[in-house]
Amino acid sequence: MLVPAIPIVYLVVRAGSAGTEAWHATLEGDLVGIAARSLLLALLVAAGTIAIAVPWAFLVVRSDLPARRVWGLVGALPLVIPSYVGALALVGAFGPRGMLQDLLEPLGVERLPEMYGFGGALVVLVLFTYPYVLLLVAAAWRRTDVSLERAARGMGRTPWQAFRSATLPQLRSSIVAGALLSALYAFGDFGVVSLLRVDTFTRQIYLRYGALFDREGAAILGLVLCVITFVVLLVERRVLRGDRRAAQARIAARDHGEQVALGRWKVPALVFVSVVTAFALVIPLGVLVWWLASIGADGAWADRIQAVLQSMGGSLLAAGIGALVSAVLAMPIAILLVRAPGRLPSIVETVVYSGYALPGLVAALGLTFFATRAAFWLYQSLAILVIAYVIRFLPQALGATRASLERVNPALESASRGMGLGAWGTFRRVTLPLAGPGVLAGAMLVFLTAMKELPATLILRPTGYETLATQLWAETNVSDYPEAALPALVLVAISAVPLWLLVIRPVAGIEAARATTAPPGDSGAGD
Amino acid sequence: MTARPVRTRLLPCIALVAVAAFTVAGCGSDSDDSGSTKSSKDDKTLVVYSGREKKLVDPLYERFEEETGINLEVRYADSPEMAAQLLEEGDKSPADVFYSQDAGAIGAVEDLLSDLPAGVADQVPAEYRDDKGRWTGVTGRIRTLVYNTDELEKSDLPSGVLGVTDPKWKGKIGVAPTNASFIAFVSALRLAEGEDAAREFLEGLVANEAKIYPKNGPIVDAVAKGEVQIGLVNHYYIYEKLANDANAPVANHFFQDGDVGNLVNVSAIGILKTASHRKEAEQLVDFMVHDGQDFIVEEAPEREYPLVVSADIASNPRYKELPPLDATEGPDVDLSDLGAELEKSVQLIRESGLAT
Repeated sequence: MLVPAIPIVYLVVRAGSAGTEAWHATLEGDLVGIAARSLLLALLVAAGTIAIAVPWAFLVVRSDLPARRVWGLVGALPLVIPSYVGALALVGAFGPRGMLQDLLEPLGVERLPEMYGFGGALVVLVLFTYPYVLLLVAAAWRRTDVSLERAARGMGRTPWQAFRSATLPQLRSSIVAGALLSALYAFGDFGVVSLLRVDTFTRQIYLRYGALFDREGAAILGLVLCVITFVVLLVERRVLRGDRRAAQARIAARDHGEQVALGRWKVPALVFVSVVTAFALVIPLGVLVWWLASIGADGAWADRIQAVLQSMGGSLLAAGIGALVSAVLAMPIAILLVRAPGRLPSIVETVVYSGYALPGLVAALGLTFFATRAAFWLYQSLAILVIAYVIRFLPQALGATRASLERVNPALESASRGMGLGAWGTFRRVTLPLAGPGVLAGAMLVFLTAMKELPATLILRPTGYETLATQLWAETNVSDYPEAALPALVLVAISAVPLWLLVIRPVAGIEAARATTAPPGDSGAGD
Repeated sequence: MTARPVRTRLLPCIALVAVAAFTVAGCGSDSDDSGSTKSSKDDKTLVVYSGREKKLVDPLYERFEEETGINLEVRYADSPEMAAQLLEEGDKSPADVFYSQDAGAIGAVEDLLSDLPAGVADQVPAEYRDDKGRWTGVTGRIRTLVYNTDELEKSDLPSGVLGVTDPKWKGKIGVAPTNASFIAFVSALRLAEGEDAAREFLEGLVANEAKIYPKNGPIVDAVAKGEVQIGLVNHYYIYEKLANDANAPVANHFFQDGDVGNLVNVSAIGILKTASHRKEAEQLVDFMVHDGQDFIVEEAPEREYPLVVSADIASNPRYKELPPLDATEGPDVDLSDLGAELEKSVQLIRESGLAT
């Protein structure tokens, strides 16, 4: 259970074995500026995702927005587009000499606002991470107790005051948890900042590791990045501890309150969700399809398809094993946490969750140092890639499994034991079937995230092993964007399957039978 | 929430993973692929660490596999990353062969290389080989200035590379300061003109707000798009670009004779001491400096220079725009010295603020 600690331990070892000179060389220079830039990016991404997700959640849960169920599903769809693919496509559309400029040139437009740089990265990261916040907040909003808001209205508060004093506090922990998720994503992101050339921590680390012949510097910076992330997480845990307990104690609300009539706000609301959807979903997919079509019939399609099938096999295999292993490991930990809470399980939980805060690049570096020093047989193997996925994404499986176990009534297990089934039999015939959907949701979530993973896959994969993500990354390296379109579209198509099972089907189910149960989908939305 | 849906959904998942495993393993046993997993490695599979991009060299590797029946397992990454990785792996490296983008990156790991067999690289002139016989050049390339032909005339361009720090190029020049070829050029600049001149040049690029790109290819793209007007690259990247877009407004500008901006560098190959397939590794090196040279001259899209003395490009139409390799007089720099200079050059590039 201490496996998640390996990358960090080995980062410490590697950074520790570097001389003071290396520490000096690494920590001087513009490190403060880079740290500040990375943190600012994370903070603004969090703010941006809240600004999109909270109004959106309101519109689909509480308003009379036309076709709001559809908008609720559409809002989650950008999750199928890896953020670096989104960045790529948006550069193709809006970058210098991109499609938009070609369209506008006859009208005399020579230059568009710069896509590259901080602003561009901010917009892209917000567009492709807001669904995390939306899923959490929408689920929480469905669970809110509206009687408080009603009471506030009854006492003469305006709708806005009633929302602020009665509903917002109930949503707070979900908003913060979601925003933290996107902030961590932005802080650890490697693909988007590399493509858009923003000098952040991860880009610096990769530069040192990949180009500047400086692995010690990369280890030192990786360690600094980890420390900052853990501090942020600790603060978050302290702040939200009380809130979370309260949220867990709350039961599913049967009364969702009346729909708020949008009135003259209906059109602006529709414009809002349409514009976001255009940029986060329609334009990126359109650009990819356009690129693919622009290749035309050139006789190389057989090779192209063979290559993409092979990458697809690589992606399915690595992400599939990662998901299975995560689901299997999550089960005993979740059982301990739910049925026998205590000191040890909570330590295990903390270690497991720490993997979440580890950016992929840093996890990969730590595992590389570990394998070259202590376990060379693991070096460049499929196994170490799976270990990286499990370290990083086990928390997702654990969150979902735990939430579903919490809904299994222990009395059923006792009854089963009482009737003579052993511990294993009870688990197999009672607990597992009841908790199954949550376990599957967790595995699906791990699968979805692992499919999109780039930096750890690049570094840890076996020689010659391609995944869809690495294949399309290689094409973008030589600026061959049309060639990147095929693996990108296949990746999107495959990612749509777990997203469908995870979000769309459950949400549709809830919409159909709103008042009956707590939504099973929200446990899978990330934790 | 009954048992059935779980089981019926779990089965397809497991089946999917099994199919994926089958696909990967199945493709891995094909003769012409580069994507096999470790488990399918057999005795005749050679592990190549390739610092050159897949797009540029994959056809060459495929030709070798066709001719010899030896499978190659190729790992692609930037040359300095490969070099650093080889140092990290030390005596446990799984690599048999390192094919580097430039002489500097392979020179940086020359202690890990074993001597090439006698005579294998005799056809390659001594100036394009390691003094001590541990690696040999495979292809030649010239550093050059790519420019946008819509925006600029040839007469607008500087006659020496130091001229790109002139304020008139402010915001109009692209460089790839972390790329092996640029780092080698900085090494040459330091050796030919001294530390101070090199520092001044790099600081001049910073002052000129040079745009930073990860590699040469994106610079040529940016020049073609007009994002920048000029860029420091190797000579062959425009041919890759022109192959995709024949109308791209890009051309190479070579500096005056003897200018350090015309550095001739080589892509270079060597065999690791730890190689577990020595015989096959030697076959690959032999291929690169013999049969592979024809392929480079006749078919490879990027028009690099062959290095063997017997290769004739003077009458080849593909090379009609290019000066002969030995006619472009570069600086007086020994390629064997570049490896030892790599770390210091990287240090200088970082200190200048061009890449922090």
